[in-house]
Amino acid sequence: MRFQVGDRVKTLSVNPPGHVRTPYYARGKPGVIERFAGHFQNPEELAYGRYYGGTLELFRVRFRQVDLWPDYDGAQDDTLDLEIPEHWLVPDHSAQR
Amino acid sequence: MSSHDHDHDHHHDHPVRADQAPTEYEYLENAVRELLVEKGLITPDEIRAAVEKMDRTSPERGAKLVAKAWADPSFMDFLMSDAPAAAEAMGMSLKANHLPADLVAVANRPGHHNLVVCTLCSCYPRMLLGVPPDWYKSRAYRSRAVREPRKVLAEFGTVLPEGTAVHVHDSNADLRYIVVPMRPEGTDNYSEDELAALVTRDTMIGVTVPQI
Repeated sequence: MRFQVGDRVKTLSVNPPGHVRTPYYARGKPGVIERFAGHFQNPEELAYGRYYGGTLELFRVRFRQVDLWPDYDGAQDDTLDLEIPEHWLVPDHSAQR
Repeated sequence: MSSHDHDHDHHHDHPVRADQAPTEYEYLENAVRELLVEKGLITPDEIRAAVEKMDRTSPERGAKLVAKAWADPSFMDFLMSDAPAAAEAMGMSLKANHLPADLVAVANRPGHHNLVVCTLCSCYPRMLLGVPPDWYKSRAYRSRAVREPRKVLAEFGTVLPEGTAVHVHDSNADLRYIVVPMRPEGTDNYSEDELAALVTRDTMIGVTVPQI
């Protein structure tokens, strides 16, 4: 598995064309691996009828809302969970949060 | 895809007529459906039966699951650790849905409130809650539930106790989420059926909490 529960990760800050299921609001953001969700086919390929590309590791990533929205109006410990496939995640070696 | 300009001898009206002009995707759906029927791969009655089955699934299934978890702490643990297996144990097959979605139960507890949304479309645990309400699919809910969940909750009449963290679950991919609300105080003598009656659809989406 590419990541373990508790690993600090960052989502890619890229804007590829096509059917992408990593929402804009969560691109280039730091988070923590909450769980490994299983192996699933890549929705970016499935959307175009390409069913034969193998599977990717899917992770549920927990973000702090204050990291997602600069003007977040709520508690510091409010969180948001998203499912992100492995190719959208890189290890985050920046300072402890 | 634009107008429907080829000749043939059957008419194209679906029994359920839309009020507005069809969109491109509706033309596409019509064309594919008619081809599948013409080629004998599926019948109109099979399509109708599938729609009927989908429409018949109601939030009562999810409510039964939650009530069982409230009444039986070991079932609660089971539900939290393996929701699909727990549903299966209650005779609710999640496989009735052709999608390979997995199910995750998220429990509210003091200081911890969960809210479910699908920002990208309308992913929803249909196998337990039935067809999602219109507001769940609205752009307003989808965009605001992630950005300002506390305001959205307040508009649903839900004001959380001071010090409660809000945890939003955006079901953007292959998992589906069901919120297990907290069992209300004063329900110690309730039967499972009485408990289930408190568990409404909206409490399992997380926009409100059960009340007695």
